[in-house]
Amino acid sequence: MLAYVIQRVFQSLLVMVVVAFAAFIVFNFVGDPVDNMLGQETSAEEREELRKDLGLDDPFIVQFGRFVTNAVHGEFGISYRLQRPVADLIAERMPATLELVALSAVLALVFGVPLGVFTGINRSSWISQLILIVSLVGVSLPTFVIGILLIYIFAVNMGVLPSFGRGGVVEIGWWSTSFLTVAGWQAIILPAVTLSLFQMTLILRLVRSEMLEVMRTDYIKFARARGLTDRAVNFGHALRNTLVPVITIVGLNIGSLVAFSIITETVFQWPGMGFLFIQAVGFADVPVMAAYLVMIAFVFVMINLIVDLLYFVVDPRLRADKAVAAGN
Amino acid sequence: MALLEVRNLRVEFPTRRGVLVAVDDISLEISEGEVLGVVGESGAGKSMTGSAIIGLLEPPGRIAGGEIRLEGERIDNLPYEKMRRIRGAKIGAIFQDPLTSLNPLYTIGRQLVETITTHTDLSEADARAHAIDLLSEVGIPAAERRFDSYPHEFSGGMRQRVVIALALCVNPRLIVADEPTTALDVSIQAQIIALLKRLCRDHGTAVMLITHDMGVIAETADRVAVMYAGRIAEVGTVRDVVKHAKHPYTEGLMGSIPLVGHDVERLTQIEGAMPRLTEIPTGCAFNPRCPKAFDRCRTERPDLLQTDGATQAACWLYDRETAYV
Repeated sequence: MLAYVIQRVFQSLLVMVVVAFAAFIVFNFVGDPVDNMLGQETSAEEREELRKDLGLDDPFIVQFGRFVTNAVHGEFGISYRLQRPVADLIAERMPATLELVALSAVLALVFGVPLGVFTGINRSSWISQLILIVSLVGVSLPTFVIGILLIYIFAVNMGVLPSFGRGGVVEIGWWSTSFLTVAGWQAIILPAVTLSLFQMTLILRLVRSEMLEVMRTDYIKFARARGLTDRAVNFGHALRNTLVPVITIVGLNIGSLVAFSIITETVFQWPGMGFLFIQAVGFADVPVMAAYLVMIAFVFVMINLIVDLLYFVVDPRLRADKAVAAGN
Repeated sequence: MALLEVRNLRVEFPTRRGVLVAVDDISLEISEGEVLGVVGESGAGKSMTGSAIIGLLEPPGRIAGGEIRLEGERIDNLPYEKMRRIRGAKIGAIFQDPLTSLNPLYTIGRQLVETITTHTDLSEADARAHAIDLLSEVGIPAAERRFDSYPHEFSGGMRQRVVIALALCVNPRLIVADEPTTALDVSIQAQIIALLKRLCRDHGTAVMLITHDMGVIAETADRVAVMYAGRIAEVGTVRDVVKHAKHPYTEGLMGSIPLVGHDVERLTQIEGAMPRLTEIPTGCAFNPRCPKAFDRCRTERPDLLQTDGATQAACWLYDRETAYV
């Protein structure tokens, strides 16, 4: 198992290097940073001077090495638009995005999994049918439409929840949280629901189809034949067997939550990384874009790594592959 | 009083093209400690009968008529929760494929303990001790150490031993064993059958042994019911059915078994195939394939009749009023 972990960590590092490379190319070849930084009437000598100062005359590989070294230290240069270090900007925006994503993921799991189990077990009840129809809406409506719809209902018509911003935040060190004030909670509900709805319905449908699959297996029939209670059969035996695919999808989806949050953050003017990224795109703010790219890749890679390790916790067959191969 | 009594059981499957009758008006009895073999081709309704008895017919299949009594109490119309308490505790079950009967994610020990504590008041520790005893009893070497092993760490034969331990762990009065050896190697089959036979004798457990393997039946069962197209064709003691079969179907079935040491020119073969549930012929379901069929067989359906031998057969040949043929 240790070998497997090391192998996966190594693969993750490789992926990060490739992504960093892509980000670096974007950073360097979209335009000449020197042109951006100096005016039209600078002399060629001054340009060379700056080029040298910035290390832009070094060979490509050296520059890339420096970019990676800086990125590892969390330095991504200076934002063109805001003239501040990108690392600071991201650190400011990250709590907002992570809190939004975390709450969405929790909502998606807390509602998605039990509803999936319910509809999987009570296949033909009308409540299941209703849930499935509603979930179809969740899968098919685009996030921004749901967001705007929710704003229209709860912010414009009923006026009970704010339509933009984070409301009240409390600073804990460098982290600013919405979870400690009523206004913060009010502000995060709509974007979190918007962001989670798609994932929730996806998880619901996945858990349901996996449950239907597992309920047909012999070991479930045998568990019933042993007279185990419904609760033990459905949750102890069936649900746990659906977990491997569910963990995979949930893991990938938390990654997409971070990515999808661009749209939700834009709709709700949520001051997170996604919103920062959209603004950066509008301004061709390459350092911010590159940093965002690397950040998202890092989140995906980390989640994948955790997912792979969770398989071991859930499925003993993976743990013992080596023993089986050795004929034990 | 018989331990298990099945009276006029009828199992139906409503489908879009009408109702299919998988088990058609069968009656059978199993006494305490008795091994009843149920044989027949695939689709003859043997497994359906077994599933109906343990109350686990897969929907939309349902019991459409008749009754099932265990120790005199009707169990075919019990609410789910009451039937659940009987399953595992009074009626155990063993299924065909040991590779898929055990939940791959839990240790065999946990699956045993869970079954025991569901049906008894034993503490976790007592249940564990009992489970380890059972594992040794079914022939798992180093049971104490293997207790925490996962199913995939056992071979097929060992897993079927675990399945047997699971079926027996609360000492049920009856075990419905549905093709318990079909998925196993021939060399393992004999061991498992011998084990099942020994355990059930030791525990005084009756067995309903469902199989299509006459060899297994001949070796294990006390009595045999031969099923054909959802009905019982012939029933009697193993000896009588194997040696002196009376129903033309059973005769054909016995003639088709190769025996080592018997110098038979050709094995007999029953022409044709068992009808599908959608097109069961009127009269006796076997009449299109029966070499001895006569007019009455094509119009009227025979019930079990006492034959001139020791068995009962559903065949007009043995109706005294038509004995002129």
